[in-house]
Amino acid sequence: MINPIVKGMTGDEAVAWAAKQINPDVIAAYPITPQTIIVERFSDYVNDGLVDTSYIPVESEHSAMSACVGASATGARVFTATASAGLALMYEILYVASGMRLPIVLAVANRAFSAPINIHGECTDQMVCRDASWISLFGETAQEAYDETIMSFKIGENPEIMLPTMFGIEGFIVTHALERVDTLPDKAVKDFLGDKRVIPPCCTFNPFAVGTFGSLVLQDNYMELKRQQEEAMHKAYYVTKNVMAEFSEISGRNYEIIEKYKLEDAEYAFVSYGATAGNAKAVVDRLREKGEKVGTLKIRLYRPYPASDIYEALKGIKAVSVLDRSATFGSPATIAQGDLAAALYGKEDVPTLHGYINGLGGRVLLLPEIEQIYEQSKNYHEEGKALTQDWIGYRR
Amino acid sequence: MVKIVDVRINGRGGQGAVTASRLLAEAAILEGQYVHAFPNFGPERAGAPVTSFSRICSEPFTEKTEVYNPDIVVVIDSSLLGEVQVVEGLKLGGTIICNYEGKIESLKYYFEEVDSKIYKISGTRIAREELGINKPNMVMLGALLKVAPVVKLESLIKVTKERFKGVIGEKNAKAMKRAYNEVEL
Repeated sequence: MINPIVKGMTGDEAVAWAAKQINPDVIAAYPITPQTIIVERFSDYVNDGLVDTSYIPVESEHSAMSACVGASATGARVFTATASAGLALMYEILYVASGMRLPIVLAVANRAFSAPINIHGECTDQMVCRDASWISLFGETAQEAYDETIMSFKIGENPEIMLPTMFGIEGFIVTHALERVDTLPDKAVKDFLGDKRVIPPCCTFNPFAVGTFGSLVLQDNYMELKRQQEEAMHKAYYVTKNVMAEFSEISGRNYEIIEKYKLEDAEYAFVSYGATAGNAKAVVDRLREKGEKVGTLKIRLYRPYPASDIYEALKGIKAVSVLDRSATFGSPATIAQGDLAAALYGKEDVPTLHGYINGLGGRVLLLPEIEQIYEQSKNYHEEGKALTQDWIGYRR
Repeated sequence: MVKIVDVRINGRGGQGAVTASRLLAEAAILEGQYVHAFPNFGPERAGAPVTSFSRICSEPFTEKTEVYNPDIVVVIDSSLLGEVQVVEGLKLGGTIICNYEGKIESLKYYFEEVDSKIYKISGTRIAREELGINKPNMVMLGALLKVAPVVKLESLIKVTKERFKGVIGEKNAKAMKRAYNEVEL
């Protein structure tokens, strides 16, 4: 373990600081709302000559991701950040990035979509990108924001993977909140990632290799190329595990693709991702003091979905309440609950699943509400309900 | 169970409530404590009421919510008293520190029904005299640390001088020390 340098930073600042240490070749970003402090702070680093990065301010997020695609195709190490409507505007190019197998890293400040206009925390923006063949991570704290920035490059750039990676931290409650962050020395970050991307031959624009990028591929080969993405995504599960193990060693912080908290003897559990997991842990502590057998599971790696790890962690539990800070409408389950149901379906000793859409547009899911969810899950279990879906924390 | 201390700062846009909650948290980090500090973001306008929070604990904690039940409320601007419920959610027996020019008795008139310890400091006057401008945010923290030592005054002075380099930092340090000594129950 390397001795940390302790700093007080917001989630956004922590990402910007990690990006500074990584010193990517190119950052392209749209600098206006809904942008984040991440690229604002990074532009200071560029101005002050602290990084060698080519910083390309563009006229929209669609262009930001397009510029990232072009830069990454030359073999550059590329980073950008966005939020909410900005991510939605990138959506078309997200598929270009993954389809061209470009390991761009994207920090997402998870914020609500319009309308009505809102700038606050909620994870729908990232959740709706889950099928775009991007590796997808969520972070709970400014510390995880810092750490995941560094790990994301290592996962996506692995020559076996070559997929883009996005990681999300929730708007304001993480992005704008000051926390203690244990940072690594610059050299440790450089040693972990290497100075430059490892570029597999024939995978970049360069004068010495022959190849095409993003060309016309119809019925003949399109599906084979998509299948290769799926296989890379499958491998990304193992690569992410290894990268997290390696990072745990140098940082002294224990990283796993899922985080299990007091689950060993638990009869009931919460499942969540992002900052909600912190509140779930606080409630678990309170309930444990009262003698309740309850734990919580945080999903850190959302794509590829760690189905087998989650099944092993939840096997034997009676009922699971999914705290889902993402909106979906007219769906048979909340987004995270639906994925979880698919991961557990047909297996033995699986819990019943109760999904709760909460915390939209910056609304806070209160700790007493999480306790209320726990009580309800016990009732549901007794009533024999296998799957329920509800909203919590809104005025009726 | 380790005690978490929740501090809420009530001020007006432009008075430095956000900076104050941040520097208080940075001082706590400097001492090896753990924090979660942030403003209650809304439409940002100079003069509009704003609140900002610092949650501080000597041990790691995982709560990620706004502060609804503060242990301590710092009121940077006394004109908020008639306008905003500055005691909203304050814990029983909690602490209020108010920037107030009048007598402590007349300040207490605002909090007749409240079970809390009420302190006053002439923050605006100290700020004008020591800094030359009406920026009493750091002055208020100096007073806070006398009545509720959530961090050491030296730690706060250190992070303040890092944030405001040179003469502004020195003046704020002096103003904080003065407020530390002049706060009244």
